[in-house]
Amino acid sequence: MSTRITIDPITRLEGHGKIEIFLDAQGEVENAYLQVPELRGFEQFCVGRKAEDMPQLTSRICGVCPVAHHYAGVKALDEAFGVKPTGTALKLRELIYCGYVIYDHILHFYFLGGPDFVVGPDAPKAKRNILGVIEKVGVDTAREVIKHRAHGQRITEILGGKPTHPVSGVPGGQTKALSEEGRKEIGEMAKSCVEFAKFSLQLFEDVVLKNPAYMALITNPKLGHAVYNMGMVDEKNRVAFYDGKVRVTDQQGKEFAKFEGRDYLDHIAEHVLDWSYVKATYLKAIGYKGLIDGPDSGLYRVGPLGRLNVADGMATPGADAAYRKLFDTFGTRPVNSTLAYHWARLVELLYASERALELATDPGITGTDIRNMKFDMKAEGVGVVEAARGTLFHDYRLTEDRMIEKVNLIVATTNNKGPICMSVREAAKELIHQGKVDDGLLNTVEMFFRAYDPCFGCASHVLGRPTVVIDVRSHGGDLVRRLAG
Amino acid sequence: MQLPDKLKLGFYWAASCGGCEIAVLDTNERILDVMARADILFWPVAMDTKYADVKAMPDRHMDVCLFNGSVRNSEQKELAHLLRKKSKVLVAFGSCAHHGCIPGLANLYGREQILKYVYTEEPSVINPEGTRPLTRARVPEGEVFVPEFYDRVAPLNRVVDVDYYLPGCPPAVSGILSAVQAIFEGNLPPKGSVLAPVKALCEECDRNKHVAKKMPGVKRMWEVQADPGVCFLEQGIVCMGPATRGGCGQRCINGNWPCTGCMGPTPDVGDQGGKMISALGSVLRIDDEKEITGPETERLLRQVKDPVGTFYMYGLASGTISVRRQK
Repeated sequence: MSTRITIDPITRLEGHGKIEIFLDAQGEVENAYLQVPELRGFEQFCVGRKAEDMPQLTSRICGVCPVAHHYAGVKALDEAFGVKPTGTALKLRELIYCGYVIYDHILHFYFLGGPDFVVGPDAPKAKRNILGVIEKVGVDTAREVIKHRAHGQRITEILGGKPTHPVSGVPGGQTKALSEEGRKEIGEMAKSCVEFAKFSLQLFEDVVLKNPAYMALITNPKLGHAVYNMGMVDEKNRVAFYDGKVRVTDQQGKEFAKFEGRDYLDHIAEHVLDWSYVKATYLKAIGYKGLIDGPDSGLYRVGPLGRLNVADGMATPGADAAYRKLFDTFGTRPVNSTLAYHWARLVELLYASERALELATDPGITGTDIRNMKFDMKAEGVGVVEAARGTLFHDYRLTEDRMIEKVNLIVATTNNKGPICMSVREAAKELIHQGKVDDGLLNTVEMFFRAYDPCFGCASHVLGRPTVVIDVRSHGGDLVRRLAG
Repeated sequence: MQLPDKLKLGFYWAASCGGCEIAVLDTNERILDVMARADILFWPVAMDTKYADVKAMPDRHMDVCLFNGSVRNSEQKELAHLLRKKSKVLVAFGSCAHHGCIPGLANLYGREQILKYVYTEEPSVINPEGTRPLTRARVPEGEVFVPEFYDRVAPLNRVVDVDYYLPGCPPAVSGILSAVQAIFEGNLPPKGSVLAPVKALCEECDRNKHVAKKMPGVKRMWEVQADPGVCFLEQGIVCMGPATRGGCGQRCINGNWPCTGCMGPTPDVGDQGGKMISALGSVLRIDDEKEITGPETERLLRQVKDPVGTFYMYGLASGTISVRRQK
């Protein structure tokens, strides 16, 4: 007879989830399930909408990573409209993207995942949050955290209108150029973010790497997974957020596949689980073999650690040094430790900050050639970007009059669904014995999904072609006008 | 109303994107003031309070609960009822809780269509057995449960009694701060009020010196590069400004994109889409001079592609128009 422990809801993540842990008669963990209770159905209701609205409609999949959905959508439209954006537009897009990564990674480290380290995994429940972090690090540091998270959002606001749900992407370019005033402001903010990222890496070293109890969790081989890794890379195989090829490496770090976004269906597929609304993706060449790791399992990981694992380095100097330090410390590549995601995230924070500074000091960034409108219409387009939490695919089919006919989306967290479930299961098995649990222990189990910075809002994101009729009727109910048949 | 000095607050998200939570964080250092003047008892994105902790609270324990997201499944419905019971004041926070927002467009389709596409028909899904998530699934160790996915998206006031509405997708920081201030001062307007200005966006728009007298046909945003200084309507681009409440900070306009209507209708307008259609009817022109007749207006209005997604992008689930679904 099994007994069960339920954690509902799991907390400090984006979206909804719950964990069910089953114990056997001896109180040892038999299995654990992380379930996503939600489904929202974007792929279905986007059908029939105007193509140019997609970057904004799909940004409502996630208000935490709207920039990622917006630009995955815009890139899919570029391809469907057969248009290459201007050089200035590409720089602006990459800059807004850096702003997004800055804000999102700071949000995760300090507000969502970090409290477990800064305050402690078994600190009282009421302290394991940003308030507890403020208490611990002091109000001055807290103001720095708030300021730099805000900088990331401000960069999106300057370039994209709204900090959450920007409006700046159109097929072939951008809606708006960057003014000299805006460029200066972004430059100042990026400079400050570089320093803040370095401070955060140092804080990680002091608080986490020098703490033997945390290191025991980080280096425990049972609390990691030998799975494939996936992430986007540039032409020199360095981490790329906005554009590049998708690279997959194996358990030894060797390249397993490298593909253009538009070929994603040749490489990955989705498996339906009857106990969760979120599906699990896997490598088609290997197949879905269940929630297991090793070379025979088609599961792979995405997100900061996945990206660092597939890349040969970072494209900016400070971040590249931080990348090397991470791998030198572990002495292996890939690094399989789940909690190493936090470290990888901070390496990327430094990269996004350094890259934003480079772009903000690029004289071409204030160019006014922000749009190419020479279209060569195609029926389909695929857009791929790296969302903060992993590779994101948008695939649209358009009608001749540029309306949406079909949509397929594979979001970052869906890629990680299998590994997240394994991490929670293995953590529960490693930590819970003889049926003894307390709040701190269960929170430590939660740390093993939290490391991925999952977004179950995204993962729970659906078709047909509606006939919509708007009847305009007079006060008496008589039909005055009928719009669209 | 009379409220204590140190308020007890709750934040919850139902079917939402998380953008409302981010909007709260975008108050930046001012959130420290809120935290100094209030105890936040429940906030799943940031704090570890679990459902069992909320259930254990006495009724009306929280002074104010800000509830974002619409209601799409049985868990969200349960939480809406629970939080109504545990809170003195319940605020529908953001466009999803207010009107259903963009995810409300899912009401154009039924549950079965959505489940069928997502779990069996999508090109990336390989599912020969036709597996689907079950509300009660058997696993080797026992049974596990997920909530029931409803046929429709419902705004919060279709499920429980709502005291106030804070509109926007997401709400503007200025709107959040004035609502919070009103809460702290016990200075809230009559129950049922929308906590936002009553004027239409056009009346506060920086481009309004060029306010549209005429609209030269209908153009789509991919077809043009909009002039950032000129009224969108005057450029032939549908902008929901005439039918939409202001107070958003003109964020989309500043990004050189027309208003799409996230703040909902102005109070004097029952139906945002209907108001917009009538506004278009009065400005649409074929050329500068000629007034046009009824059938001509209708011909021009038909150039608006996807009228439901254009005029009811945020308001479809609030039910001012009925939706006929395709089988």
